[in-house]
Amino acid sequence: MSNELIDFVIVSIALLGIGIYGLSVKRNAIRMLFAVEIIINAANLNLVAFARFIPHSGGQTLALFSIAIAAAEVAVGLSLIIVAYRMYQNIDIADFRSLKG
Amino acid sequence: MVDAAFLALSVITIGSAIAALEFRSLIYGSMALMGTLGGIAGFFLLLDSPFIAMFQIAVYVGSIAVLILFTVMLVKRELIFKKIEDPRRKFAGIGLMLILMMGLGSIILDSGLRTIQTNEPAVDFRDIGEDFLTYYWPALILMALILAGAVTGALVLARREDVEDEQRVN
Repeated sequence: MSNELIDFVIVSIALLGIGIYGLSVKRNAIRMLFAVEIIINAANLNLVAFARFIPHSGGQTLALFSIAIAAAEVAVGLSLIIVAYRMYQNIDIADFRSLKG
Repeated sequence: MVDAAFLALSVITIGSAIAALEFRSLIYGSMALMGTLGGIAGFFLLLDSPFIAMFQIAVYVGSIAVLILFTVMLVKRELIFKKIEDPRRKFAGIGLMLILMMGLGSIILDSGLRTIQTNEPAVDFRDIGEDFLTYYWPALILMALILAGAVTGALVLARREDVEDEQRVN
């Protein structure tokens, strides 16, 4: 295999940096969800890369669990965004000030 | 040395990750996010784990990206095309990103990870199924329950009828 472990780890670090940039700069709730997705994918890439180079099946199993939990997280996050949008008529997180209801 | 497929995949993945956050329209942004998720699936194929790649395509590109697209369609038209961000924070965010990348990158380039290579055969996907059904079976059942609970909770939250009448701010 011509690719080394360090290449995959560097791609994963780049994705993590982009995700943290999105989380810190953007105020759009849906864009922040995009950033969270990018960070989760960077973590999954790391898991599978290390599992390939050990090699052991545990990393791939953990990556499968992680993908499934991320799916649940996106469903709940999107429905929270929909509820907040119906309450405030906006998706700017600076407008979501009250915890009521 | 990396091969051409790796280079092409990393350009696609990182480029469309930046595009997903920077495109003005949320619809094009979510399509660029699909590109990122598909690129990660390509990396999984390069890492000889086709089962995870298929799972990634089915779950992320197939369902999560489509769910995000449908949510974007529910939002008002002018909000889709409006860029909501702090201009003052933008340079600080870019600086934070560069510092993080350079710091973590230099730590990892200096560490012993650089010399790790392997010639061993890849893990067979039958081993993953065996793991799931023997050692990890309680976690599998718990994950199924969590998924069912999360999807039910999401439906209950999104279908609330009382939000619009009483608690709307303006």
